[in-house]
Amino acid sequence: MPILPRKEVEEIALLARLHLEPDEIEKMRVELGAILDHFTALAAVDTDVAPMTHAVPLELRLRPDVPEPSLPAEEAVRAAPAKEGQFFVVPAILPGDS
Amino acid sequence: MTEWLTATETARRIAAGELTAVKAVDAYLARIAKHDGELGAYLAVDAEGARAQAASIDAARAASAPLGPLAGVPIALKDVLVTRGLATTAASQILGGWIPPYDGTAVQKLRNAGAVILGKLNCDEFAMGSSTENSAYKKTKNPWDGSRVPGGSSGGSSSAVAAALCSASLGTDTGGSIRQPAAFCGCVGIKPTYGRVSRWGVVAFASSLDQVGPLARSVADAALLLEVICGFDPHDSTSLDEPVPDFRKALTGDIAGLRVGIPAEYFAGAIDDEVRSAVQRAAAILQEKGAELVDISLPHTELALPAYYVVAPAEASSNLARYDGIRFGKAAEGARDLLDLYQRSRGQGFGPEVKRRIMVGTYALRSGYYDAYYKKAQQIRALIKRDFDKAWQHVDVVLTPTTPTAAFRFGSKSSPVDMYLADVFTLSCNLAGLPGISVPCGFTTDGLPIGAQLLGKPLDEATLLRTAHVIESAVGLADRRPKGLA
Repeated sequence: MPILPRKEVEEIALLARLHLEPDEIEKMRVELGAILDHFTALAAVDTDVAPMTHAVPLELRLRPDVPEPSLPAEEAVRAAPAKEGQFFVVPAILPGDS
Repeated sequence: MTEWLTATETARRIAAGELTAVKAVDAYLARIAKHDGELGAYLAVDAEGARAQAASIDAARAASAPLGPLAGVPIALKDVLVTRGLATTAASQILGGWIPPYDGTAVQKLRNAGAVILGKLNCDEFAMGSSTENSAYKKTKNPWDGSRVPGGSSGGSSSAVAAALCSASLGTDTGGSIRQPAAFCGCVGIKPTYGRVSRWGVVAFASSLDQVGPLARSVADAALLLEVICGFDPHDSTSLDEPVPDFRKALTGDIAGLRVGIPAEYFAGAIDDEVRSAVQRAAAILQEKGAELVDISLPHTELALPAYYVVAPAEASSNLARYDGIRFGKAAEGARDLLDLYQRSRGQGFGPEVKRRIMVGTYALRSGYYDAYYKKAQQIRALIKRDFDKAWQHVDVVLTPTTPTAAFRFGSKSSPVDMYLADVFTLSCNLAGLPGISVPCGFTTDGLPIGAQLLGKPLDEATLLRTAHVIESAVGLADRRPKGLA
């Protein structure tokens, strides 16, 4: 069974914004390898057909561009781990900022 | 004992004044207090809120105000359905303590119909799993055998319904997560046509596959709940603007001339003998009642599993990007900067299966890989759907086993791929967007329930319910109850 290179697992974890501990990375190399191996069945299939999007034909609907009542800002930010008034608080955007 | 009544009968008694909503709720709360410590179906019980809702139903009846079709019926919800003022965790640490500021559409519809919400039910984290073992909070047992899983991901829903810890429940089904646990616990579970029930206010897993549906102790109850939760919703862009039939009227018992497809692919290979014979007996019942059995082939069936395990993780990796430790849920302490906060909050908040699926999905969607994986899988979906379109020229419904085996033991699936195989018969239905139902059709010699699955044409839930009702009436298992819980 194929084992994924450590570097590749680390790259995907970065793309996924997911911190993995060293033991998780080792486990993931094996498990992802096994799962991806299962996907090789797909490549062998002749798929000369448009990709499916919906089971029932559906036309794109647009709502009228009219404001509707929505959650008050205070309620929308209530569940945030860090907030100030109506705003979400985030740490420095750039590395090394404070 | 009012707890074993069907939802239909509970609603009738309350409307007729033979039972009060408060009494019905108190009976379930007492039963939850007695049995749920052992069973582990509930993540949260809203005793106070449920009593208040019940009291308002009783007051409405006393004032001769019009009552909804579920007035006073105690219902519980899988914890991926967003509930105003009631913690919603999706069985994940990352949403621990989140109190939503709104109700999802399906929940609103239940409330408008008079249903009383008892609480929230355990499931696999973010509905990813087939045994409910992936919950970050607790283990849920199968009421028929405490050493076995209740199925998943809606395992709390199936366990609570089978043990009469609620009158009926809602679950969600992305690859079989209503039908498989329904089969494992001896309940009726229906996944509607994609788009029938609004996904607004449902914690998203894989948006092109997710659907909400009921789990119940009878086909009539499933029809009643389904009728309430279906319907167009402008908040969900994939919601279908189609009339909702009176599903209860579909249960006529008349299936004369119905053409039932028996797909060879679902009866071959790794399937338990007792499961196969129970479903074959269900087929024989349908034939006796006037249906015609037609042998069919769905040749792309074996590709459903690999296609599903590309599409579902790909969409999950995108949907779960919203859990960033900023707007809701848990944030990691002491992050250096924004990227570090994202990575640590997600690393601490998600469990192993969710991480695996995010990784698989990110792998499949990254630049340069899209055509080989996601697009290819969507093309396979089109082929699977085409198989069914061809079948509908000859048959009205398709009959299969819901699962290859009855409920398995805790910890018995040694690898992720092993666990994925538990869903092998339920995935095509989601990939093709079709409606599907699981109905109890027998028991193994060990006393475990077996489910028969019926798949139908898009929007033809009525025929599924009618056919399932015929099986239910003929097998006569409705009064069988789990030992120690009767």
